[in-house]
Amino acid sequence: MDVAITPPVSTADPFSREFFADPFPVHAALRDAGPVVRLAKYEIWAVARYDEVHRVLNDWETFSSARGVGLSDFKKEPPWRLPSLVLETDPPFHDRTRKVLNRVLSPAAMKTLKERFAAAADTMIDELLGRDSFDAVPELSEAFPLAVFPDAIGMPQGHRHNLLPYGNMVFNSFGPRNELFAEAVRDAEPVMAWVRAQSERKNLSDDGFGAQIHAAVATGELTEDEAPMVVRSLLTAGVDTTVSGLGAALFCLSRFPEQFQKLRANPGLARAAFEEAVRFESPVQTFFRTTTRPVEVGGFHIDEGEKVLMFLGAANRDPRKWGRPEDYDIARKTVGHVGFGSGVHACVGQLLARLEGEVVLQALARKVAAIEIVGEPRRRFNNTLRGLASLPLRLHRTQ
Amino acid sequence: MPEITFVQFHGARETLDVAVGNTIMFAATSHGLEGIVGECGGNAMCATCHVSVEPDQLHLLPAMTDDEDALLDGTAIMRQPNSRLSCQIHVTPALDGFVVHVPERQI
Repeated sequence: MDVAITPPVSTADPFSREFFADPFPVHAALRDAGPVVRLAKYEIWAVARYDEVHRVLNDWETFSSARGVGLSDFKKEPPWRLPSLVLETDPPFHDRTRKVLNRVLSPAAMKTLKERFAAAADTMIDELLGRDSFDAVPELSEAFPLAVFPDAIGMPQGHRHNLLPYGNMVFNSFGPRNELFAEAVRDAEPVMAWVRAQSERKNLSDDGFGAQIHAAVATGELTEDEAPMVVRSLLTAGVDTTVSGLGAALFCLSRFPEQFQKLRANPGLARAAFEEAVRFESPVQTFFRTTTRPVEVGGFHIDEGEKVLMFLGAANRDPRKWGRPEDYDIARKTVGHVGFGSGVHACVGQLLARLEGEVVLQALARKVAAIEIVGEPRRRFNNTLRGLASLPLRLHRTQ
Repeated sequence: MPEITFVQFHGARETLDVAVGNTIMFAATSHGLEGIVGECGGNAMCATCHVSVEPDQLHLLPAMTDDEDALLDGTAIMRQPNSRLSCQIHVTPALDGFVVHVPERQI
């Protein structure tokens, strides 16, 4: 006789302000409750242990993205915006667009950007060393991506801050229709038309990522209608994420001064220090999948058509996978962390993010003796992203 | 388990027993072997698990995909005719005694 095993149930709300203020106790409780947990408030499934998160990320045939990677199921309600041609699709349709983006954001392409990005980072850190103190969120973790990323895309000068409320809105949209989402939509409303215009070929230079994406129309890889949508995906996913990642790295290095001293002793660890910050803080905290068939996870049955919430941040601190997961350790072997996802939807811009992180941390390692927190850091709440609203810092110059 | 030998740029050799089905990148990084980074975690995106294989063992590997071929154009040390990404090499019993050379750097 089959015995129906009741899955563990949690009443936590992982999209509430209380949760965002300190998600770690809930992460631990979800991991300890079982390999999958039922979230009563939203009537969905959740995975928070590393093994299950990694499995769900890597089985796109069972855990589909085409029904939306947020709480909303596109089969049951119409998408609130045109679904992304990469994020919210499954193979084989997904692979056509992904191939174009893989090429545009390839290791070879990154090599051509490195010198320019490093020079921009040096200039920015030099300028900040001249100040008594500053808020590192607007002045560094936002300013740096906004200085280099739109140039790499080939966007015209001006209004680049508009990318921030747009990304903030999209990343909020993967959660429930809560107050955070409503506020984000209100903030982004005035920039919607501007963002749409930036995606059109006529507004993009001839030598950036944007033009390279549009060039895929000539090769038959994308249609004329699709090319601006793919550029839009880059604009959506490329700024707020990196802002949160850089903010995470700055916050880590200022809270763990001995790690910053290790980095100063060996600036070659800059890339590893950024990577460990991505594991430690997990700027992208969650994404959803939808089951395409009945499936068993950790001994529990999940029906077809069920939403499954993956806690990337909880997986990245799962003691079943990581030694001393609560320590920020720039010498850690971080291979396999899921801060950039994993599988066919793994962050396509991860090399660009690493490059931005690497050059900023290298500049800090070479020029700065100590990073001091001089005011109360404040979190910025978002249904998907874990980031900061404010991080008052003082940089002490290397003598 | 098949034995895979890693030869570092400066000549040091280390042999690992690798379970069939695991990739050479996974074996190297989970063992903490120097010189193979694999920063994308085996998703064929970063080209930081670059190795070169013995020319007379190249035929033991399946042909590379277009994706792997394109990624090898972005390696830190310029690719050779016998270059491969070790995240794309799944160990089989036929690879017992396989040798990979680790380049001077990956980033």
